[in-house]
Amino acid sequence: MWTGIPLFPETASTMASRVDALYLFLLGVAGFFSLLIAGLIVFYAVRYRRQSPRSVGATIHGSVTLELTWTIIPFLITMVIFIWGASVFFAMARPPDDTLDIYVVGKQWMWKFQHLDGQREINELHVPLGRPTKLIMTSEDVIHDVFVPAFRVKADVLPGRYTNIWFQPTKAGRYHLFCAEYCGTRHSGMIGEVVVMEPTEYQAWLSGGPEGSLAENGAKLFESLACNTCHRPDAQGRGPTLDGLFGKMVKLQSGETITADEAYVRESILNPSAKITAGYQPIMPTFQGLVTEEQLLELIEYVKSLQAPPVAAR
Amino acid sequence: MSSTVLSPPRHYLNDGYGVKSWLLTRDHKRIALLYLAGVTFFFFVGGAMAVLIRLELATPPGDLVSDETYNKLFTMHGVMMVFFFLIPAIPAVIGNFLVPIMIGAKDLALPKINLLSWYIYMVGGLFTLYALIAGGVDTGWTFYAPFSTASSTTNVIPTALGIFITGFSSILTGLNFIVTIHRMRAPGMTWFRMPLFLWSIYATSLINVLGTPVIAITILLVAAERLFHFGFFNPALGGDPVLFQHLFWFYSHPAVYIMVLPAMGVISELVAAGCRKPVFGYTFVAFASLAIAVVGFLVWGHHMFVAGESVYAALIFSILSFIVAVPSAVKVFNWTATMYQGAVSWETPMLYAYGFIGLFTIGGLTGLFLAAIGIDVHVTDTYFVIAHFHYIMVGGTIMGYLGGLHFWWPKMTGRLYNEGLAKVSAVIIFVGFNLTFFPQFSLGYLGMPRRYHAYPPEFQVLNVLSSAGASILGIGYLIPMIYLMWSLRYGRLAGSNPWGAVGLEWTTTSPPPTENFETTPVVTWEAYDYGSTVEGHVA
Amino acid sequence: MPDAAPHALPDAAHHSLSQPTQAEVALAHQFDSLEQQRDATTLGMWVFLVTEVLFFGGLFTVYSVYRSSYPEAFAAASHELDILLGTINTVVLITSSLTMALAVHAAKVGQRKALIAFLVVTMLLGSAFLGIKSVEYYHKFVEHHVPGPGFQFEQEYFRHAQLFFSLYFMMTGLHALHMVIGVGIMLWMVAWAWRGTITAEYYSPIEISGLYWHFVDIVWIFLFPLLYLLGRHAH
Repeated sequence: MWTGIPLFPETASTMASRVDALYLFLLGVAGFFSLLIAGLIVFYAVRYRRQSPRSVGATIHGSVTLELTWTIIPFLITMVIFIWGASVFFAMARPPDDTLDIYVVGKQWMWKFQHLDGQREINELHVPLGRPTKLIMTSEDVIHDVFVPAFRVKADVLPGRYTNIWFQPTKAGRYHLFCAEYCGTRHSGMIGEVVVMEPTEYQAWLSGGPEGSLAENGAKLFESLACNTCHRPDAQGRGPTLDGLFGKMVKLQSGETITADEAYVRESILNPSAKITAGYQPIMPTFQGLVTEEQLLELIEYVKSLQAPPVAAR
Repeated sequence: MSSTVLSPPRHYLNDGYGVKSWLLTRDHKRIALLYLAGVTFFFFVGGAMAVLIRLELATPPGDLVSDETYNKLFTMHGVMMVFFFLIPAIPAVIGNFLVPIMIGAKDLALPKINLLSWYIYMVGGLFTLYALIAGGVDTGWTFYAPFSTASSTTNVIPTALGIFITGFSSILTGLNFIVTIHRMRAPGMTWFRMPLFLWSIYATSLINVLGTPVIAITILLVAAERLFHFGFFNPALGGDPVLFQHLFWFYSHPAVYIMVLPAMGVISELVAAGCRKPVFGYTFVAFASLAIAVVGFLVWGHHMFVAGESVYAALIFSILSFIVAVPSAVKVFNWTATMYQGAVSWETPMLYAYGFIGLFTIGGLTGLFLAAIGIDVHVTDTYFVIAHFHYIMVGGTIMGYLGGLHFWWPKMTGRLYNEGLAKVSAVIIFVGFNLTFFPQFSLGYLGMPRRYHAYPPEFQVLNVLSSAGASILGIGYLIPMIYLMWSLRYGRLAGSNPWGAVGLEWTTTSPPPTENFETTPVVTWEAYDYGSTVEGHVA
Repeated sequence: MPDAAPHALPDAAHHSLSQPTQAEVALAHQFDSLEQQRDATTLGMWVFLVTEVLFFGGLFTVYSVYRSSYPEAFAAASHELDILLGTINTVVLITSSLTMALAVHAAKVGQRKALIAFLVVTMLLGSAFLGIKSVEYYHKFVEHHVPGPGFQFEQEYFRHAQLFFSLYFMMTGLHALHMVIGVGIMLWMVAWAWRGTITAEYYSPIEISGLYWHFVDIVWIFLFPLLYLLGRHAH
């Protein structure tokens, strides 16, 4: 019977074994205390079974020593678990710098994956073995969640925001991808597969893709939406230049300084008056409703691709 | 033990006949029975949903009901069980009956408010039943935005209104208990002479009073957004869906302590009476109840580790979640220690108490898994969480409720039930429960998400085990219905103290008179003072 | 935290053959003395008010979160509220709390006529508040500041101003609902005072109603600056 019942999912990422190790430790702690309590109960129930209808128990009120013992020791054990769990969590929350980025858009009830070079996938995600990969995710409607049990990663996918997860696959194969936040009628149908391929196979697969990387499509959009009339590389436009902007600190009119990341670019397109760059007028129109989620990703990738201008006199 | 037991001539059940004497009663004992009828009804409605859910999940494809129907089933199961059974059951049935008697008072401080709170409960229940009959609701009992506000096309508002209305019932009951415990204790009944059940009820009432208003306003915001498209939780209009989750869980986490603290209080009583000695570490157990209530308000973000909260918020909620586990552990150790050198009974209430301690321990320990963020990321929103909370709610609360019901049944009805059948049911429930929910821990770690109508075939074996267990559990719940009802008519008469227990409730008749006591008791003894004879102390 | 030793043994009820006193009529059966009854019912009202704090508190939290996210839009929207009417309403409500306190005092010293007079004045002031609020709501309707399809606002702040007004209507609406209930309670108290149920020995219903009224007043004291006084200082 036991061979037929799986107890652990596939271990297919660098995080998986870390998570499993903590899990096994917790199983040990839980097993120990459960058996201890269950054992004591059974033992006492038998050993001190009421002998006659009128007998009473010994009048014992308590023991401060025991109370302190069984308060402090469990507390210390929980702190150990906390620290261990936190350290695993830090690793999950901090992707390495050189990740392969893939965009994910969830909508009722399907997943759309956008590779940077333009490859598009629906419900199936191809990734290379051994490469740290980051999924940058958003939703078109309600809250969804990307969950890959084999990698031990999970994060909610929210409308109006980007969230991300990262993983480094360690084993080629096909793994379940589930939506893990209830999202309506076909929630249990919103599943897919992550296909981990050997790097050479992955390259081959990638090059079979369609024309136009995300950034290239973004460049076309930038022109067709007339962004380039205000955001000029020569910094003479009515809007700040975007060359070399991505990833840098931006000083805002309010005095705050923030980092120009994906969320900042997205917000500046949809709600330009939220963060005005210092020294500029709040005259940029909003593009809310004029661009789709995919187009936003293309524009973001385009802005990311813009190099800093060569140092020259103004 | 008993010679000829006579029924007391005048007691609260024969003090007035007819529908009006029940529907307009101010007697806390009758109101407790009114609640008993209500919560039992809603329990079986929620239970019927569970039966259908487990039937569907016995096979991988969604072949029993449509996915829409399935979503409505688990939603209604959650709503009925959480709001209309688990939250009210022990406080409004056992608490209402016992709180005045245990403190030596004639009734609660505000009897008319007590009756009002029952009517409010029933009206709220009717709204929710209406939603069920009118086609159901499919948001999950957690009704997350923006699905509930902008996407679902089902009866969200009637259900939300039903929960909103019933919330006032919880608030008024909690308010009543707080005032009663502060102001109505009999002469000599100091705080630290009170039975521990009252400490649990007090802590529960604090949560009821402080937490429920927040879910009330959250529901209003959801209803307003749905009706008027306001945008509080809609990003397209400037709102934040994660804010909904903060508001929702700020109540709903403490709510789980509303559900388990009263059960813990019952267990303290069962263990003391079942071992005929004081609960070990009375003061620590009393303060542990308060600690759970207070710290329980500080951990809501552990439901949102993957929802988009910041790393630092996650760490704070994680460490607090570990801290809140400690007082519960303290209680478990104290109950176990009480059994040492006790005169340990194997009667039905005690069996439920053992079951509670064991199952609550497992449930609580699996909570540690969830508090560890690194593990939670993997198992949140999977069957692991479902297993965890069912261990606490069903293995914990429901066993505590059944144990309490069996323990105080003779007091409430003046009748004894069939002990043999009762023991058998307790065992069936214990076995059925574990078979239903233990496999779900594995299912969750394997990766089966919650609220899934259909699932990949490799999850089937564990699901079949679980469904098999559910059928056993269902039978286990039906048997007590039968023998308890049977005992009302044909059960042997119980004396005033069939268990040989110590406590004010055992000094008065079974059933008690309407004013609870012939004369107001004057308390000069500590709680659970079994001394060296079983008679204990009689006022 | 634990109370002092609870009440002394109850007096043996004196079974007189004459009419029961007003105090005896007012004493509910579960209590041993009027003092215990008063303590319990007053504590009950305080606990209820705590629940109201949490109720409004949730709403205030939502407001605070969005205000800190969108300060300029909220300031612009707040500017559109009628600060004169809001200030008048604040004065009206504070005055009504004064008259309520005077009503409680009149009850304490057994002055039935003064009690009724002050209760009525409190009701009138409360109704005046509601009347002025209705005028404000009407203005908002006419100016297209009611959230929904007809909402109009300058483009730059459109979405978030609409959020502000959604919160404005919910917060002031809930407050107004509590005022309506409060006026209803006053009416009920007037009836009791008229019938002579309230005496110098048994006036706790007036006291408790007063607590409720003062609380509703305090909620407004918070609402007013949060909603009306944002960004009123010179830019």
